[in-house]
Amino acid sequence: MSDTKIVDARDTFCPGPLMELITHMKQSSVGDTLELLSTDEGSGADVPEWVNKVGHEIISNEKIDGVWHIKIRKAK
Amino acid sequence: MRILVVGGGTGGTIVANNLARRLSAEIRSRRVRITMLSASDKHMYQPGLLYVAFGQMTPDQLYRDQASLLEGAIDFHVDPVEKFQLDQNRVVTKSGKVHEYDILVMATGSRIVPEQIPGLVEGAETFYTEATAVKLFKRLREIQEGTVAVVVGVPHKCPIAPVELIFGLHDYFKARGIRDKIKIKYHYPIGRIHTIKEVAIWAKPEFDRMGIEYETLFNVSEVDVGNKVVRSEEGTETQYDLLIAIPPHRGMEVVEQNNLGEGGWIPTDRFKLTMNGHDNVFVLGDTTNLPVSKTGSAAHFQAEVVAENIASMIKIGTPVRDYDGKVYCFIETGHDSATYAMFNYQNPPDLKPPSKPMHWFKMSYNQMYWTSVRGLL
Repeated sequence: MSDTKIVDARDTFCPGPLMELITHMKQSSVGDTLELLSTDEGSGADVPEWVNKVGHEIISNEKIDGVWHIKIRKAK
Repeated sequence: MRILVVGGGTGGTIVANNLARRLSAEIRSRRVRITMLSASDKHMYQPGLLYVAFGQMTPDQLYRDQASLLEGAIDFHVDPVEKFQLDQNRVVTKSGKVHEYDILVMATGSRIVPEQIPGLVEGAETFYTEATAVKLFKRLREIQEGTVAVVVGVPHKCPIAPVELIFGLHDYFKARGIRDKIKIKYHYPIGRIHTIKEVAIWAKPEFDRMGIEYETLFNVSEVDVGNKVVRSEEGTETQYDLLIAIPPHRGMEVVEQNNLGEGGWIPTDRFKLTMNGHDNVFVLGDTTNLPVSKTGSAAHFQAEVVAENIASMIKIGTPVRDYDGKVYCFIETGHDSATYAMFNYQNPPDLKPPSKPMHWFKMSYNQMYWTSVRGLL
């Protein structure tokens, strides 16, 4: 299993956390795990919505000290 | 002290000119030398391509000779770098020449990669090069009715371009008197119509007012050219008569070939703008992997920070300020109105209602750019 790749999108308004995640997902291989860090309040819901719709896998989704930590496995 | 700037776009040019002025005494006394290496002897004003796509500018208006934009003290060569040997503080160019440096500035930019999406090259029009912008305008002139679909690749530079394109299409077809015969459908990769929440909140009622259809969570997976259908990774599809794409981007090939960063984006400290692990290598503009808009505006503000810090390192031995994430983007909201989005790492944009004076300011800036890139504005 590959190491978890951190996508640090804290304190960014453009291109924003989900767009950053999509960029990194495209650069990753199937089976890779990415952890998105986001200070955007909406990420806790926006990111799982996209991940589930496109068919990847949410491993965990939690907010720690004001930062969303969302782990995703690339499934396709 | 040898300063080497690689890349002659917005960021590289502003850095070099700014440094040449700040260090004029050191250059005269031969204690500092500034060299620029670029792939082209021309400099393009890239935001002008959107105007070319609507027949409002011609390609020749977008170019200046790069040498004419540079301070006389800058040693400029059209000789792109092929090898970065960072452990030896030197680069090797296409001509085989070796340039050693004490400080390196990397401003190589980004490139479009429409070929990454099957069918996109054959099936979609774009406006990210001179030739494709002209071709798009010709297609827009020809179309009389049907569906114009707009899709957005990820990542892409100038994140405002997709909504500007939509406003421009609406006004263009309205001016031709065929707006009621054209359906405009916009597709966007995330769950709202723009990545900046404030822009999305503002633009949505504008789209509704103009009768723009939109589908969110649409990441282009393929274009079926024969059947004129564009499909998404999310499992949906749209039939089109004319497909316009904001193509996906990558960093430059030379960055990837030298294993300097995944996707061609160089890992960069978001405040210092130095390459991770290399304190004498500065990175700016599209070249970085920062979660910051890939725009000339970001490159401009980053260039000012980089130049000020390099100059202060030479003068007093330390950099003096951090990049705060500042970006200022004009937003053309049609052919006669505009607004803007200004933000940084900590403060989101506060959008103002579009106005004609802001559009005139943008039209003026299209000319003022040449002063700006010289480092005078």
